[in-house]
Amino acid sequence: MLDVAIRQMLGSFDLDIAFATENRGVIALFGRSGSGKTSVINAISGLRRPDAGHIRVDGVTYYDSRERIDIPVEKRRVGYVFQDARLFPHMKVLTNLEFGLRRVPEPERRIALGPVVELLGLSHLLDRRPRNLSGGEKQRVALGRALLSQPRILLMDEPMASLDAARKAEIMPYIERLRDELNIPIVLVSHAIDEVVRLATTLVLIAEGRVVASGPVGEVLGRLDIAATTGVQDVGAVLDLTVARHEEADGLTLLAFDGGTLAVPHLAVEPGRAVRLRVHARDVIVALEPPAGISVRNALKGRIVEFAEVGPASVDLRIAVGSAFLIARITRQAFRDLGLAPGREVFALVKGVAFDPELVASMRAPAVVDV
Amino acid sequence: MDILSPMEVTAVLLSLRVAGWAIVVSLPLAVLAAWVLARWNFPGKTLLDGLIHLPLVMPPVVIGYILLVTMGTRGPIGGWLYQTFGIKLIFTAEGASLAAGVTSFPLMVRAVRLSVEAIDTGLEAAARTLGAGPIDRFVNIMLPLMAPGLLAGAIVAFASALGEFGATITFVSNIPGQTQTLPLAIYAATQQPDGEAVAARLATISFTISLVALMLSEVLAHRLRLLIGQR
Repeated sequence: MLDVAIRQMLGSFDLDIAFATENRGVIALFGRSGSGKTSVINAISGLRRPDAGHIRVDGVTYYDSRERIDIPVEKRRVGYVFQDARLFPHMKVLTNLEFGLRRVPEPERRIALGPVVELLGLSHLLDRRPRNLSGGEKQRVALGRALLSQPRILLMDEPMASLDAARKAEIMPYIERLRDELNIPIVLVSHAIDEVVRLATTLVLIAEGRVVASGPVGEVLGRLDIAATTGVQDVGAVLDLTVARHEEADGLTLLAFDGGTLAVPHLAVEPGRAVRLRVHARDVIVALEPPAGISVRNALKGRIVEFAEVGPASVDLRIAVGSAFLIARITRQAFRDLGLAPGREVFALVKGVAFDPELVASMRAPAVVDV
Repeated sequence: MDILSPMEVTAVLLSLRVAGWAIVVSLPLAVLAAWVLARWNFPGKTLLDGLIHLPLVMPPVVIGYILLVTMGTRGPIGGWLYQTFGIKLIFTAEGASLAAGVTSFPLMVRAVRLSVEAIDTGLEAAARTLGAGPIDRFVNIMLPLMAPGLLAGAIVAFASALGEFGATITFVSNIPGQTQTLPLAIYAATQQPDGEAVAARLATISFTISLVALMLSEVLAHRLRLLIGQR
C-alpha cells in the first residue's frame, strides 16, 4: 500500500524515516513542528528528492535510489493539499477544480466533477474567485482539486492548521467522508492530537527526523513514552468501540469492544456504528478487586503491561484491556502500596471519557464526559 | 493631418514602427532574462545582471558606437548577417529598432522581473502535483500571473524606445524616411534656421504619445490585475 524508507540531509537536520502500512484510510504523520513530517510528504510527492531510499505507493515505485527510479512530480499522480491551499488566483473555482482533471487521459478518470462538488459542498462556489473564499472554503476547493487529479494517494499538509476551531469543525467531516467513501490512501500531516484521534486509522509518530512509533492509532497512543515525544499534554489512550445498545430508561448508551463494555451518557448514534473516544490517564482509577460500593460503574478487567515514572509523584500505567490499551495515572505512593507491577491483573475504573467535538455537540456536553 | 508635413508624418509613423518592432522582438528575450534573474542562482549572475542593466547607465552614444563596430557590415556580427542572410542593419529602420531595443531592454527586464518575483513559487509546485509539466505551467500559471508586469514593462519600454536618440543617430544616422525617428526629426528641425514651429509640433506629438502610453499602461495593468484576481 504505502512503503516509505528515506534518508535525507536537510542542512544539519538528518531525516531518516521508514514506515509501511497495508491499511487504507488515513495515515497520520504526527509530531511537533520541525520534526520532519512535511519533508516526508514532500518526498512522497516528489517535490523534494531524498538522498537515498525508496517510496512505493500501491505497487507503483515513485522513487528508488538503488534502481535509479525517480518519477517526476507531474507523473506521480499525488493529490497534494497544501497548508495554504495554493489555489490559482487567476482562475475561477471551477477552473481550479478541473485543472488536474483535464491533465488526466479520459479513460483513466474515475472520480468525476459532479460527485466531488457534491461531496465537498462546492456547488455555490464554482463561479467565484479564490480571493473571495473563506479559509475553510479554500481548503475544500483545494481538496476537491487534488481529488479530481485522480490521485493514487492524497497528501495533506496540516490542512486545518491555518483555520480557527469553527472552520476546522467544518472541514473535518469532509475529510472523514473522503476516508470512508473513497478507496484512496490519505497521508495527513498534523501536530494536533484531536485531528489525529478523529481522523487517523494508522499513526506514524515522528520526532527529530525519526519514526518513534507506528501502528494503529489506539496502539500507538496507548504507549507511555508518547507524551515525551509528542508534547501532548493530556496523556490518554484511544478506544475504538461499537455502539451495542441504548438504555433508554437510564439515558445511557452501551459501547462494546473486546475488552468489555462502557456505559456513557446517551449518544445519538445508531447501534452497530463505530465510535472512537479518548480516555485521559487522569480519569482512570486502578483497583485490585472488582469494585463494590462505589459510584463508578465502568470497570474493565485488564493486565498491567508496563509503567513509567512521571514527574516527582506520579506513575503512568499501561493496561492491556482486550486488544486495546488504557493508560492510568496514579501516585507513586499508590503504586507502591498496591504492589503494582507488570503482569498484575487489575480493574481499570473509567470515570470520564472524551468524545469527538461533533458527538459532544449532539450531547450538549463538555469535552470530557463523566461516566 | 494638414498641420503636419508629409515628412513629419513619416517621422511619426517610422518612430511607432521602429519602437514597436524593438519591443516585439525584445519582449521574449526580456521575459527569459527576467526569469533567469528572478528564479535561478548561478555563478556569474551578478555579471549578467550588470550587463543587462548597462544600457541604463551607459551614454547612448557609446551604445551606438558599440553597435556600429559590431553590427556594421564589416563588424563581426553585422558582417556575418550581411554575408549570410543579406541583412543590413546599419543605416536602416531595422538598425534603429535594434538601437531602441537595446537601450530600453533593462526597463522591460526590471518590470517583468518584479512580476515574476511576486508570484508565489508554491503555485508552481501545486501545478506540478496536478500533472502540469514545465511548458504547461509557464503558459497556464506563470504567464497569466505576470501579465500585468509584462504589459507595464512593454509599454514603458515602448515609450522609452520612442525617445531613443543617441544610440540611433550614432548607429543608423539621420536619414529622412529611413532612420529619422521623431527625436531625430526634432533635432534636425532645431538645426534649421526656420525649424522652430516644426520642432514644437513634433515635440507636442512626442509628449502626447508618451503620456498616453503611460496612462494606458496603468489602466490596462489595473484591469489585468482584476482579471487575474490580484485585486
